[in-house]
Amino acid sequence: MRGITKRFPGVIAADQVNFSVRKGEVHGLLGENGAGKTTLMSILCGLYMPDAGEIFLGSREGTVEKVHIGSPRKAIELGIGMVHQHFRLVQSHTVAENCILGLSDKKMMIDRKEISDRITGIGGRYRIHIEPNSYVWQLSIGEQQRVEILKMLYRNADILILDEPTAVLTPLESQELGRTLRTMAKEGKAVVFISHKLDEVMAFTDRVSVLRNGKNVKTVETKNTDKERLANLMVGRNVVFASERPVFKPRNKLLEVTGVTAQNDKGVTALVDVTFSVKSGEILGVAGVSGNGQQELAEVVTGLRKSTDGTVKVGGVDLTNKTADKFISNGVGHIPGDRIGVGLAGNLPVSDNLIMKAFRSDVVSKGIFLRHDAIRDYSNKLIEDFDVDTPDRNTPVRNLSGGNQQKAILAREIMARAEQGPGDNGLLVAVQPTRGLDVGATEAVRKLLLAQCMQGNAILLISDDLDEILSVSTNIAVMFSGKIMGIVDGDYADISEIGIMMAGGNVNEI
Amino acid sequence: MKIVIESRIETPRIIGVLVPVVSVGLALVFGGILMAVVGADPIETYSAMAEGAFGSPEQWKAGQYYSITETLVKAIPLMLTGLAVGVAFRMLFWNIGAEGQLVLGGVSASAIALWLADLVPGVPESAWVYLPVMAIAGIIAGGIWAVVPAILKAYLKVNEIITTLMLNYVAILWYQYLFNVAWKDPDGYGFPGSAKFGECCKIARISGRLHWGLGIAFVSAIAMWIVLDKTKWGYQIRLIGENTSAARYAGINIGKNIVGVMLLSGGLAGLAGMVEVAGISHSLQEGLNVGYGFTAIIISWLARLNPWGIVLVANMFAAILVGGDQIQMTMGLPGSVAHVLQGTMLFCVLGGEFFQRYRLAVKR
Repeated sequence: MRGITKRFPGVIAADQVNFSVRKGEVHGLLGENGAGKTTLMSILCGLYMPDAGEIFLGSREGTVEKVHIGSPRKAIELGIGMVHQHFRLVQSHTVAENCILGLSDKKMMIDRKEISDRITGIGGRYRIHIEPNSYVWQLSIGEQQRVEILKMLYRNADILILDEPTAVLTPLESQELGRTLRTMAKEGKAVVFISHKLDEVMAFTDRVSVLRNGKNVKTVETKNTDKERLANLMVGRNVVFASERPVFKPRNKLLEVTGVTAQNDKGVTALVDVTFSVKSGEILGVAGVSGNGQQELAEVVTGLRKSTDGTVKVGGVDLTNKTADKFISNGVGHIPGDRIGVGLAGNLPVSDNLIMKAFRSDVVSKGIFLRHDAIRDYSNKLIEDFDVDTPDRNTPVRNLSGGNQQKAILAREIMARAEQGPGDNGLLVAVQPTRGLDVGATEAVRKLLLAQCMQGNAILLISDDLDEILSVSTNIAVMFSGKIMGIVDGDYADISEIGIMMAGGNVNEI
Repeated sequence: MKIVIESRIETPRIIGVLVPVVSVGLALVFGGILMAVVGADPIETYSAMAEGAFGSPEQWKAGQYYSITETLVKAIPLMLTGLAVGVAFRMLFWNIGAEGQLVLGGVSASAIALWLADLVPGVPESAWVYLPVMAIAGIIAGGIWAVVPAILKAYLKVNEIITTLMLNYVAILWYQYLFNVAWKDPDGYGFPGSAKFGECCKIARISGRLHWGLGIAFVSAIAMWIVLDKTKWGYQIRLIGENTSAARYAGINIGKNIVGVMLLSGGLAGLAGMVEVAGISHSLQEGLNVGYGFTAIIISWLARLNPWGIVLVANMFAAILVGGDQIQMTMGLPGSVAHVLQGTMLFCVLGGEFFQRYRLAVKR
């Protein structure tokens, strides 16, 4: 890819980017959020058209020619396949059916035997073991990801792009994925591995390209670099990797969850007899592979989901199965995992989003009326205090970058609680607060959370990112299939023990 | 060179204004072609329509404003029902039932006009008593009719498009039964329709048939603007309309708001029915269900759910309706030309929505 440029109104997502990936290598694509990684790869797989630039592709015969990738279909024809962060699988179909989906086979009848054999063959070659006739909904997230990879291999993809594939995996599964990537490279495929997890990039790749602000920074041989240098390239300054855990004594219990059982949206039990508490000044990290009840837990302790059994107390007040506004008025802030779907109303201006919790209070309203001048001052103050980068408060919030959207949510949740909560001591439920954020924004968000904790608030931190949990939590609870497998002290946490609990294994009381 | 469709990241403000204006213009062109096909001169027809809707300079000189007042007469129920569906649409609650809510508002206001004296002996025969009571009765009836689908939607997730639409026919059939049979005036020489209301049940006239319902419509528009733009409730409605999950997360009770908004929506439509019987017909008779509640859907959509836009578009549509009647009389063209024009306009606006979200770009 040479000189690729893609403009979106107001931003240049990719600016004269050059990128190349060789046959037989795993190539890491590293960069902060908004650096243009996904844009660049979306251009390569035909989802976006570049405003400028050319793409050259080597053929199997060894010739190199310029190609125009006008659609995803064209990209597949050219042997380019992408595994997206959110899987493109039909849950109610089998693995084999998903593999042939969208393929324009001229034959009218489907020869299931032949397809299954081919899948088994590919699986054997790349050591991806999946039963072709099992249904996708029966598979774990890690297995579904393997199906996605299989699907691309089935389509004879020569270039495989994986967009943050390890975000949904346990440490063990990530290692396994790394081995698969190596095997594919050995078999002569070109693999592009998008990530901002430096450890994995170091472990899995042959070369690394770093993007920053839509521009190439550098492409380096992995063996000639290290984590610190890559982080430096990514952010453009030195980043210190240090333990950020707060040091002080937790005080009174602000959240007490006792024996809570709840169902998910499909009516299947998602939480089983969950009991824990979070004290003032404590960060309780909840680790676990996503989909093991963390989402439901967050909803139960913020009033968005009813529990079928057990009690939830906030600051000593019994709020079991009360509505969300009761939780809000009792000082519970919530940073939802789904920023766009739940946390914000994308089309509404930044200011409307900033008052989503505070609009009931006298800060911005009087009686039944909103005070537009107060809203203006309040949102300008929040934008400034929390360093939200936005043209102005009337910009639709969807036009902000992920990091700034998250800062806006944090600003809202922290301030609304300060305005409404009883005193300073409230509970903040943070679900995946740094997912998809770049190093800079992640740092800012974690600092804000820590500051909240230092002020005596309790924080329930739910995250798939084990490093995040380990680096900030006072205590760590590990969830597996709706149960808390154990709670360990953050100071003495052992990553392998946590890993075992995340996979459902039993570890003796620590 | 080829033309490609790209999605817009940001919709320029000008597009929001340009799309409806261009759509209306396009609809007029299409309408003109249609007229030419049936053998009428489009320019002559349009000027006849304009004259029918607004009058001619000679008429104005002679002090005759009949055309304008007739247009305004039609605009009153269109404004009220347009506001009614507009507020529900803001919350993405598809109230297709304004027609039925209007009709029932008219029915219950008529009941008060005809029998309040029997119910409350000694009630003073004053417009200051009768008209407010009739208005409240109309609002309540329309509100109840709208709250039924609201409750079904809020608590049982029943699709409101079906229920509001179906309830129209229930309301209309009841209304027809009442004025044709049950409430038929025994002294009416066999004509369908209730007895005429007393003088205290009539809204005062301004000029011609134009009555002070015009004021009610304008006040309602102002009230709607204040509610939507200036109050916490309006903010909640906006939030629910933009993202229901976010609204729930913000602690807003969605069910309660659906019921509340539909009370307001149905109440406004019911008020429109009351204004029609008290301002124009002065009895319960044929002519309430002439499609105001359905035209209102087009109006509020064209106006992008903005209260002031609804006032503007409602008046424009009234002019088209009255103008359409005019060409029927003077040029022998079918009056349904007006409906064709309205339909084409909506068609163009809905098509124009595309350009709000996408743009055409020329690529080499």
